[in-house]
Amino acid sequence: MSDPERKNPAAPIEGNNAAALEELHTPPMRLQFGPSHPATHGTVKITLDLEGERVVWSDVEVGYLHRGFEKECETGYYYQNIPYTDRLNYSSPILNNTGYCMAVEKLFGIATPERCNHIRVIGGELSRMADHMLCIGASAMELAAFTPMLYLIEGRELLLDMIDSLCGGRVTTNFVRIGGISADMPENFPEFARPRLDRALKLFEDADKLLTENPVFRRRMEGTGYLSSEDLIAWGVTGPMLRAGGVPYDIRRVHPYLVYGELDFDVPVGRHSDNFDRYLVRLEEFRQSRRMILQCLDRMPGGPVDADDPRVRWPGKGRVFNRMEELIDQFKLVTEGGMPPAGEVYHAVEAANGELGFYIVSDGTGKPWKCRCRAPSFSNISPLAKMITGGQLADVVPTFGMINMIGGECDR
Amino acid sequence: MSAEKPGDSAAAAPELSPLLKTALERLGDRVLEHHSARGDDRIHVARESILETARILRDDPELSFDLLLDVTAIDYLGQPDDFETKLRVWDRNSASMRRQPQRRHELVLPPRGPHPRFAVVYHLTSTKRAHRLRIKCRLPEDDPKIASLTPLWPAANWLERETWDLYGIVFEGHPDPRRIYLYEEFVGHPLRKDYAKQGEQPIQEYVGPGAKEPRRPH
Repeated sequence: MSDPERKNPAAPIEGNNAAALEELHTPPMRLQFGPSHPATHGTVKITLDLEGERVVWSDVEVGYLHRGFEKECETGYYYQNIPYTDRLNYSSPILNNTGYCMAVEKLFGIATPERCNHIRVIGGELSRMADHMLCIGASAMELAAFTPMLYLIEGRELLLDMIDSLCGGRVTTNFVRIGGISADMPENFPEFARPRLDRALKLFEDADKLLTENPVFRRRMEGTGYLSSEDLIAWGVTGPMLRAGGVPYDIRRVHPYLVYGELDFDVPVGRHSDNFDRYLVRLEEFRQSRRMILQCLDRMPGGPVDADDPRVRWPGKGRVFNRMEELIDQFKLVTEGGMPPAGEVYHAVEAANGELGFYIVSDGTGKPWKCRCRAPSFSNISPLAKMITGGQLADVVPTFGMINMIGGECDR
Repeated sequence: MSAEKPGDSAAAAPELSPLLKTALERLGDRVLEHHSARGDDRIHVARESILETARILRDDPELSFDLLLDVTAIDYLGQPDDFETKLRVWDRNSASMRRQPQRRHELVLPPRGPHPRFAVVYHLTSTKRAHRLRIKCRLPEDDPKIASLTPLWPAANWLERETWDLYGIVFEGHPDPRRIYLYEEFVGHPLRKDYAKQGEQPIQEYVGPGAKEPRRPH
């Protein structure tokens, strides 16, 4: 699994120096890292006990961004909860929209049209690319490499432009609807998207060249934050972190949804399960996402984007204004919500950080009895204390950066 | 087997999914109920046997549920244990003529019996076999306790802390039973159905045991 030269350098001091240190022994220093620290992109408090530069004990506290997502969902109609899901992982909101809406569609038993599925994949993969760019750029910046961040933010802007042209929003997209999407993509979207994708890839490759062969960056990333693949699975870690440990568990491949079963893409896996491999897996996933978008643009089918189901999709405005029945129908759908059959479903999608699952319990009314979000960040950050204890203080920053904990999703 | 009549058993019970068939074989009497709806397989077990059940599910080579995805709870306050639906054919004309409520289906509420209020829900998956399973355990209101799964999966540590925090389910044998999202002094468990959504409470100073000690996991 791990090369000997990639071992974590933080080993106990041996030999004569140990005896010398024994005499100078002082109690460990307590350091509060966070909750709002410039070297972490996310609000989390890490309490560290340090002996010199070595972390001897640590504790991770989350919950600074807890807003009661699940309680809020229980009091809203199904369609009213979609904007809340934007705020879960706010760097890749369309993936969250898709996860929630697909869970509700599974509850209703609705199949969405092919065109809708393709556009959802495009939106989702654009979000994943933007998320990986932000993750890599911010992590590099926290390691004092400021320039790649500028390249990646510029590339991310191009991706956000494309998301903007799809749904009219850059970050809070609210794009996907139950049984469809908010609007069909613009007619000129393929011509709009292709040059921007190329330009984003060019910027991404520039950042890649700046970082991947950079000795300082590699020294900070290689061998740090190691966790064996057995431990990763036992701790419930999913997504790029798990794949960097050599486990090819990708929901797009294992339980294909939307059109992922028909697309041609690779699932990159790492070998060393350290921060550098997590970085490399993200690099490759960016390129695979771009590949998927291009395939979707090529094979974009025609037809409607909304499922023809009056339980969830509102009648068109033209009919609402001119016909009484449709007016009543829309009124009922807005004031009572679409009512799914009672029961419970769990549906998971591959979000940028791992398995994003929604577990919805319905009592047959327009509001969910329970709407649980299985957030990847929450499970991914739970072994952080294990990963940083025994290492150097400086390793906390790249490890935390490559976990890519998103407060909105982790704390819900 | 060819000696059996093929139609008999199939008519008596609906076809089980391959996963449920294996799971029922391995778990035997521990499974109280099992369901297969909308592609999700689900088993109910008694809370006394949760640790044993989870261990079998994790260690059996054919099941090998190695990844604990999620632990959460459901509060069935004032509700039956499970929600079932009798689908009704939607007839727009007859509904409006008879002035019936415009529902596409009606709820069938079983009588409220001595059913426990809470259910703890586990979601498991396997990275080798690519299947998912949901386990449900019911817990009574006055004694919401269940064994912790942290010895089997360290992932259960935080997930069970969250369930304790938001639902007040006690996980026995948990190594670090602190709240995770809310502060230690918080009164109540906000995802319970009897906790008002708009309920506010002032921040209170914690005066209980260990108030002056630095907080450390064991």
